[in-house]
Amino acid sequence: MLAPTEVPPAPTRSEAGEATQYPGARRPDRRRIVDSGGIRLCVWEWGDEDAPPILFAHGGFDFAGTYDTLAPLVADQGWRVVSWDQRGHGDSQHAHLYSWDADLRDAAAVLDSASDGAIPILGHSKGGALMLQLADALPHRVSHVINLDGLPSARSWPDVPDHHRTRLLNGELAGWLDHRRKAADKIRRPGTIEELAERRGRMNPRMDPAWLRYLVPIGAHEQADGWRWKIDASMRMGGFGPWRPEWSMSRLPSLGMPVLCVLGLDIEVMGWGTLPEDVIPNLPAGARFVPLDGVGHFVHIEKPGVVADLTLELIS
Amino acid sequence: MSSVTLLTHVKVQLALHELRPGTGRPLLLLHGLGEHTAAEVPAFAAAWPGPVHGLDLTGHGASSRAPGGGYTAEILMADVDAALAHLGPVTVVGRGLGAYVALLIAGARPELVIGAVLCDGPGLSGGGPAPHSPSVVAFTAEAVAEAEAQGLPDPFALAELARDVRPGDYATTYARQALQFSGLDAPIAIAAVVRPPWLEAVSAEPGVVAEPLADALHRYAALPTPA
Repeated sequence: MLAPTEVPPAPTRSEAGEATQYPGARRPDRRRIVDSGGIRLCVWEWGDEDAPPILFAHGGFDFAGTYDTLAPLVADQGWRVVSWDQRGHGDSQHAHLYSWDADLRDAAAVLDSASDGAIPILGHSKGGALMLQLADALPHRVSHVINLDGLPSARSWPDVPDHHRTRLLNGELAGWLDHRRKAADKIRRPGTIEELAERRGRMNPRMDPAWLRYLVPIGAHEQADGWRWKIDASMRMGGFGPWRPEWSMSRLPSLGMPVLCVLGLDIEVMGWGTLPEDVIPNLPAGARFVPLDGVGHFVHIEKPGVVADLTLELIS
Repeated sequence: MSSVTLLTHVKVQLALHELRPGTGRPLLLLHGLGEHTAAEVPAFAAAWPGPVHGLDLTGHGASSRAPGGGYTAEILMADVDAALAHLGPVTVVGRGLGAYVALLIAGARPELVIGAVLCDGPGLSGGGPAPHSPSVVAFTAEAVAEAEAQGLPDPFALAELARDVRPGDYATTYARQALQFSGLDAPIAIAAVVRPPWLEAVSAEPGVVAEPLADALHRYAALPTPA
């Protein structure tokens, strides 16, 4: 099985060729490795090396390259945007195990590599929820929090009777264990750039097909039989366990630093289904809440200029 | 002298110890947090009519460590599922953390777990029923390697599996799964004296009985094993 560390990493800005072009997108200026307890994380940076840092965390099944449109807008205003491919994603190492606590620890390792002081942190979706917890765990290291549609709420839970829930759970548990039994030999399905983009488009139906094609040479690698997404094939969308979406939201009221929450109001499959009325009661004092009408879950990709302006207004 | 079979669970190699060979339904022993499978059949299992096995959970004993951690009770449940794929239907006895894992696998593979006995032991409580104040726990790869070289458990496992949240209503869903799909009247037996919130909640469920370990094993030994 190929691990991402055994294939060429995605290109930096100077390495990017014609295949890696999209209007407004720019590959990171630098790439480096951070060790997190034995896991090699691939860290990406946009902007001047001496500029003040801001940390960006991507969402589940994404990779840092999905910030290729937002990050340059922030970097060009005098910031050093530091992001990383989460374990098992992009060009970071495939781990034996994955968990929320492990992702939090990895985030702290990247934060440590960027600064020893308090810096702004931004996260989308799962990355947004993760940044809420990072700010709650290490408030002395976080100066501002920007959350991009990363506010899971209890609303996401399906409303089904108990006996149906038991039946559903039985299928989910057996399905997950069956997946674990087969995952040792599992590899991602190969395809052309167009095919991988089309597959991703099923979960990202609002995205421009050209953007999805742009992402393939970044998040996938080419072999003799085609392109494969680099993400660890043992990972499965929508894992289970005791975690409840509202546990992440419950971190929000405790935050004491300036906070910006941006919510896309068009509900889609990859989002949390959270509504403004779920967020507003949990906002800490002084926090800014910006619901975006006509925008889906990937607010930073659909409206990079709007999100960059809101972010810069908060941190500048 | 026990023999060891290495089982593959995705990127982990698990050590399954055969403590006593035999025919019939195996008894599978799950150790507590920080422990590993004992070298010999424990006294409480001496009367078990079939073979006796013990599984070293990931990060423990002769099983692989997971670089960078990421331990959860659900992953350990899948460890046990790898043993079930090898052994077929079993009766499970779990200590501490292993008791919680025994409950999970009894609910997730009700057709393969012919009774689960939950006993006192290290790691029984976990991190409690609700999220705790967050903190970042980190160890260097060198510290993990040094512990392994000394035969000690993975420090990530010790830290993470002592903090995993175990809501009562989450645990009871597994007990209900076991009752609904195992075909047994009492698929879960609680032999533990200590009752952390998850176990207290489970104890109130139909199909869960409190009884001494020896009685539970006697009862499960008498049950037929599905073909």
